Amino acid sequence: MSKFQRKSKGGTPAISTASLPDIVFMLLFFFMVTTVMREVSLKVVVSQPKATEVKKLEKKSLVSYIYIGPPIIGLAAAYGTEPRIQLNDAFATVSDLGEFIIAEREARNEKEVPFMTTSLKVDKTVKMGIVTDVKQELRELNALKINYSTKKGTDITAQ
Amino acid sequence: MARKKRGLEEINAGSMADIAFLLLIFFLVTTTMDVDSGLLRKLPPPLDPEAPKPPPIKERNVFAVLVNRNDQLLVEGEIGNLKTLRAKAIEFVTNPYNKANLSAKKPAQDIELIGMYEVSKGVVSLQNDRGTSYDMYIMVQNELVAAYREVRDDLSMQTFGKKYGTLNKAQAKAVRQAIPMMISEAEPRNISS
Repeated sequence: MSKFQRKSKGGTPAISTASLPDIVFMLLFFFMVTTVMREVSLKVVVSQPKATEVKKLEKKSLVSYIYIGPPIIGLAAAYGTEPRIQLNDAFATVSDLGEFIIAEREARNEKEVPFMTTSLKVDKTVKMGIVTDVKQELRELNALKINYSTKKGTDITAQ
Repeated sequence: MARKKRGLEEINAGSMADIAFLLLIFFLVTTTMDVDSGLLRKLPPPLDPEAPKPPPIKERNVFAVLVNRNDQLLVEGEIGNLKTLRAKAIEFVTNPYNKANLSAKKPAQDIELIGMYEVSKGVVSLQNDRGTSYDMYIMVQNELVAAYREVRDDLSMQTFGKKYGTLNKAQAKAVRQAIPMMISEAEPRNISS
């Protein structure tokens, strides 16, 4: 009597799992390559509006982001619920935009500066006043290419 | 002698899959697949206070869209509706029956790949209040951009037999020349004080 006796003789042999690590590695590399780590921690809530005529933002290295929205729940006690502007990792005001844009420009190649885009990530509940102020400031700074960040939505005329 | 023969023992690679799984799950959780997309627009350059005033645009060539702080639309002096805005904008830009109250056309000019074409003089003017919600603003912008896209699609279907989005660079440029996207945003001010 051997200890390891076959219980069912002539059954289907077990599938070899030797190639499992390879498959997993393949998946792993795929996710490692496609993953984009969040660059900033959001301090404002941005629930983007929907639009149909969206275009993909190309050349992400040339995009600088401006977030506008009400502070997140954890910060609402300290900062209230009025919409605020977030640049990089901190709350900012419209007057900080100049410094921000210049810093963004200096981080890029001089030749690429005309192709730089500013992406406005604005919460849909925000009133246009603050957005208009930001836009006017961007005009003054000659950062004219902007992108209103939106999600892809359904056509309202088709409803 | 006997010791030497044995050499190094092979490391058990059985747990490799587990380690890889761990990493895989980490990346699966942290990954965000969202591609950034949105409405691309260009702001007008800053106003030069010394520059001479541009000649006024004729009333018929302006398609005025006003949005007040209650997110209500005023299109060409009438209370408007988001659902009809696109159709109205398309009618204004193309002016198929050459109506006197819609946009006039420039004398026909020769555009490469398209031929003689009467470019519209129409300008869509969008003005919003400081109290307008961003959601409404984006919806109006979207409708206006969609109107121009549809007009361009029409022209490119007629001349090239395919939609504007699928044209090659030279063709797209020709269509852009024939139908320039003229959406102007007026200097902000409070409409409903």
